[in-house]
Amino acid sequence: MSQHKMQVSAIENGTVIDHIPVKSLFDVILILGLDNIENQITFGANLDSKKQGKKGIIKVSDKYFENDEINKIALVAPHAKLNIIEDYFVAEKRDVIIPDIVTGIVKCFNPKCVTNHEAIVTRFKVENKEVLALKCHYCEKITTRDELLVI
Amino acid sequence: MKNKSLVSINDYSVEEILYILKLASYFEKNPIQPLMQDKVIASLFFEPSTRTRLSFETAMGRLGAKIIGFTDSSSSSTTKGESIKDTIRMVSNYADLIVMRHSLEGSVRYASEQSSVPVINAGDGANQHPTQTLLDLYSIQKTQGRLDNLKIFLVGDLKYGRTVHSLLIALSLFNPEFYFVAPEELSLPKEYKLFLQRKGITFYEDVEMNNLDKADILYMTRVQKERFSDPMEYERVKNAYVLRNSMLNKTKDNMRVLHPLPRVNEIDTDVDSNPKAYYFQQAENGVYTRMAIISAIMGLSLT
Repeated sequence: MSQHKMQVSAIENGTVIDHIPVKSLFDVILILGLDNIENQITFGANLDSKKQGKKGIIKVSDKYFENDEINKIALVAPHAKLNIIEDYFVAEKRDVIIPDIVTGIVKCFNPKCVTNHEAIVTRFKVENKEVLALKCHYCEKITTRDELLVI
Repeated sequence: MKNKSLVSINDYSVEEILYILKLASYFEKNPIQPLMQDKVIASLFFEPSTRTRLSFETAMGRLGAKIIGFTDSSSSSTTKGESIKDTIRMVSNYADLIVMRHSLEGSVRYASEQSSVPVINAGDGANQHPTQTLLDLYSIQKTQGRLDNLKIFLVGDLKYGRTVHSLLIALSLFNPEFYFVAPEELSLPKEYKLFLQRKGITFYEDVEMNNLDKADILYMTRVQKERFSDPMEYERVKNAYVLRNSMLNKTKDNMRVLHPLPRVNEIDTDVDSNPKAYYFQQAENGVYTRMAIISAIMGLSLT
């Protein structure tokens, strides 16, 4: 292994989520429920990135995500890259894919929507993946990326 | 359609829409049909709406059903803090069908998922009011003898009017030509124009009622002062959206004026006696259309 200093120290086994937009870093932590697990987690914000200027990164030891679970972060970090680490080496690289149906992650931006007034799990159909457009299953209004709030 | 809730006009296919209109015409000819004498319908108006409620309750009455419910949320347990879910869970144990109006958007979709019996949307905030759309379609079909290839003028508040939006989506199944007349501040939202463009439907926009001689249907809506950010702007434009009898002189013989009611001043009372004024019959058609919707959902066999 090369000995140049890493900005966030390496993990032996687990998952590295790289290329997270800085402003979405804590949303990713929330979406994956990383604030409520016992695993060792290190993360960095405002790190230099060749691709996007500044980026965020999260390293979770001894944790591997199912596709369904990790794809949820595609809403806030569509270009995130996953590195599956085994014995300090990258065993696999994965992209995230925006799902067709989004349940329980995002808040409907319509203040008159019933989901903002009763205990209801939100549900959206993804109408457009390039210019993110989520159509609320209940009030039928569109929530866009700029309006997107993670619950 | 049997046992299927009607929440949004998008829930119905063209065939289902046409079936409802056929049934409505049957009920118009045979309005006394006590097919539901052993049935109970819950009429849950969390938000008051006199016209819609009276129309629905007349339809239920003509079908012979017993009606339970409330006319606004102050007389319901909502004031005690009961959730929509709990109210619906309880009422769906009592009634065979629920008719519901609520100010929150999406509330009726949610209710339909919690209910063990079908739910009909009688208006959920600014979102959907599908029975209004169906009665509008029935009125158009009845006066024009068809739904396809018509020139439809929609006038007034095209930005916030849910009636207009649902009607536009439903009519787009029948190759219409639209003429939108609205003040700039209340013009049709971009998403609906994109929808029409995608479907290849021709539409024109104007800020005044020109070319009325082209119209088959002139659908008027209210222009409300509260909708304007600048009250001066309202004063400047308000007269452009008032229909007067003299404006109907050169219109086609088959042309009819529709309005979802309540009317305030956007149709001058001198239009009322013109045979082209159709808004009161339109309201009457609402009863037959709602009888049709209720009986289709209940799966009633007609005599």
